[in-house]
Amino acid sequence: MSVRITEAPIDVAAETAALSRGCSDAGALVTFTGICRGEEEGAPIAALVLEHYPEMAEDEIKRHVEEAKKRWPLSSVRIAHRVGRIAPGETIVFVAAASAHRQAAFAAAEFLMDYLKTRAPFWKKVERADGTHWVAARKTDDAAAARWKKPGREAAE
Amino acid sequence: MKVLYFAWIRERIGKPEEDVELPASIVTVGDLMDWLKKRGEEYAYAFDNPKAVRAAIDKVHVQPAAKIAHAREIAFFPPMTGG
Repeated sequence: MSVRITEAPIDVAAETAALSRGCSDAGALVTFTGICRGEEEGAPIAALVLEHYPEMAEDEIKRHVEEAKKRWPLSSVRIAHRVGRIAPGETIVFVAAASAHRQAAFAAAEFLMDYLKTRAPFWKKVERADGTHWVAARKTDDAAAARWKKPGREAAE
Repeated sequence: MKVLYFAWIRERIGKPEEDVELPASIVTVGDLMDWLKKRGEEYAYAFDNPKAVRAAIDKVHVQPAAKIAHAREIAFFPPMTGG
């Protein structure tokens, strides 16, 4: 497992290669790449600025990786999250899950992304030509994360 | 005890962190928010809508009813928007 928070650009091909090198038992590798859009709410943006709570962000992601490993038979997981100023088209987050079969890899990657969005302490600020504003949390992201809650218990609390 | 602020809460208060001496009457995270609110206009503005504020004790998410007990650091931040 590798969890990394970085100010440097994320090289998706290198991340993917690093993960597949380490797990010869995997028959499936699912990767997700989150990219900085060039517009928000119909208007162009100059950049996103990502702030985070350093130690907690890493701990929180690792806790969810452990949870994912309990739920699915995973060979390996690799996550890289960018912080600082990110230009449109650049990668914000990379999540990869490898498993013997595809179902576990797909499910784990989606689970990790849904939780990352709502539980990992990162905050996005939009930079435009005429000013900046903080991105508001989306109810649809909360709903996506809630799907993974197990009955009768608070997920990842 | 160390208190940390992030995103627009940090901007409204005007600092990323500070050390505070808490009165013994403060038991929960919610108590701490009420106490901070009274420290000045910038705090009152930051904690204007307590429902929009999330908290963590020693880097673990908690609810406002959580007891502070022997916490080393408490963080306040808006709902998360990473990924």
